[in-house]
Amino acid sequence: MEEIWTNLISRPTDLGWGWWLASTAAGALAILVTLLLAQAFLMYFDRKVWAAVQMRKGPNVVGPFGLLQSFADLLKFVFKEIMIPAGANKVVFVLAPVITFVLALVGWAVIPVGPGLVGADINVGILYLFAISSLGVYGVIMGGWASNSKYPFLGSLRSAAQMVSYEVSIGFVIITVLLLVGSLNLSEIVEAQGRGGGGFWNWNFIPLLPMFVVFFISALAETNRPPFDLPEAESELVAGYQVEYSSTLFLLFMIGELANIVLMCAMMTVLFFGGWHSPIPLDFLNAGPMPVLWFILKVVFFFFLFAMVKALVPRYRYDQLMRIGWKIFLPLSLVWVVLVAGVLIMFPGAVDYLQSWRS
Amino acid sequence: MIAAAAFWIFAVLAVFSGFMVIAAKNPVHSVLFLISAFISAAGLFVLMGAEYLAMVLVVVYVGAVAVLFLFVVMMLDVDFVEMKQGFLQYMPYGLMIAGLIVVELMMVVGVWAFPADAELARAHPSPTAAQTVADPNGPTNIEALGLILYTDYVHYFQIAGMVLLVAMIGAIILTFRTREGIKKQDAAKQIGRKREEGYELVDIKPGQGLS
Repeated sequence: MEEIWTNLISRPTDLGWGWWLASTAAGALAILVTLLLAQAFLMYFDRKVWAAVQMRKGPNVVGPFGLLQSFADLLKFVFKEIMIPAGANKVVFVLAPVITFVLALVGWAVIPVGPGLVGADINVGILYLFAISSLGVYGVIMGGWASNSKYPFLGSLRSAAQMVSYEVSIGFVIITVLLLVGSLNLSEIVEAQGRGGGGFWNWNFIPLLPMFVVFFISALAETNRPPFDLPEAESELVAGYQVEYSSTLFLLFMIGELANIVLMCAMMTVLFFGGWHSPIPLDFLNAGPMPVLWFILKVVFFFFLFAMVKALVPRYRYDQLMRIGWKIFLPLSLVWVVLVAGVLIMFPGAVDYLQSWRS
Repeated sequence: MIAAAAFWIFAVLAVFSGFMVIAAKNPVHSVLFLISAFISAAGLFVLMGAEYLAMVLVVVYVGAVAVLFLFVVMMLDVDFVEMKQGFLQYMPYGLMIAGLIVVELMMVVGVWAFPADAELARAHPSPTAAQTVADPNGPTNIEALGLILYTDYVHYFQIAGMVLLVAMIGAIILTFRTREGIKKQDAAKQIGRKREEGYELVDIKPGQGLS
């Protein structure tokens, strides 16, 4: 698999830009197909987890154990009619779900799945991810506005305020990780967590445990997941910004949201849980395709946590959401940034150890 | 080849979006074109090798500032007929000011003495962007920026930070008002409540009820 990948992403510029374009496009397509296929089963997994919590069976009709349920849903959505409300702003209305969908997928270009297995190994990878996730709000806000309807508009206003608020604390959390690692490159952030031979005691979540919790909860709010799914709170806003959407456009919103959640899970894996490293530093656990397996396992674990939160936690009220974001997470993460920076200045030995991956 | 194509795409898109910001009839469309202009500018930054600046542009301007713009513009009830009124009446003044600014800008640019690269290098002995791109083992974009921002320009940096802080506090003070007589939720008090404070066990004798 690794040979195929290096073939795909090695840029044969000496063969001309046509080859470069073709190989890059093929690499991007490979990521996309894998990701979308994985999402179909993650959706199924999600629904099975809620079903198990509520002591139901969940989807079990289409295919063995209901495994093909997501594909049946996909066909159902695609074959329905696209309804565009008469008063809607047509271009923005169609553009909004496309933006959500595309932005959720382009973030994966910089996620390192294994050693060297990354679409684009750019120097500002983590900033790129942060930028992409902060753009995600546009799909929601444009969709709500273009629908020309009250409930979607209220939903999009809520979403805009919510996502902007929680981005601030996510930014500070990312800064603490950067201070520890000393690099913005995602591959190097993962590499740094394998310092001294590896092992889970070197992962960032131990020195930054409160920041990991802040990041997890902010990720829930950033992706509009329960308990913070106020933009689509069905008891107040029917379905929020998605009210007027139907068929393929709704499907794009749905897939985009799910892809965003998986992207957040991948971010947590990379920033705090050692990316592709195995928790115990044994050679056979890091050999062959094992790094990719570890990465997938960690992402699925965080996705399981997201599903459990949805099943277990009641929805927050909007003022409570804002209170947590501005009055608790923001000061906490700000203090932690100062604290980490102070500790790094006070103990140069700690810096030597934490950034020993550089040599 | 690809870089040239990308440059032309981003450059044309930036200029076109910038024009559409003022030409679009719908203010929401204007803001969306403004966002498109920001993103094109970020693309141009990437082509110049200033990838850190590009990402910060997207995060700060597109991710936060433009969202608030959009937020406000969507909630405003703009009456286009009213806005168009008196257009001809104000146009001479507008043209006059525009002409004045153009002349001033030409005068400024005309006498602008750009320092040569050698002079620049002597004044600031830290790596410039071009060197950073050329040498993959040199400091990365963000490191180079930090090296110059926190050494040569640390005072300007601190002053800019203080100005922003003062502006922020000022904005809060201007809009902040304390209202008397409203009920507020005290989350700490609610969470800190003990079980004993909330209920009382009463031993009721059969047939008597609570008195």
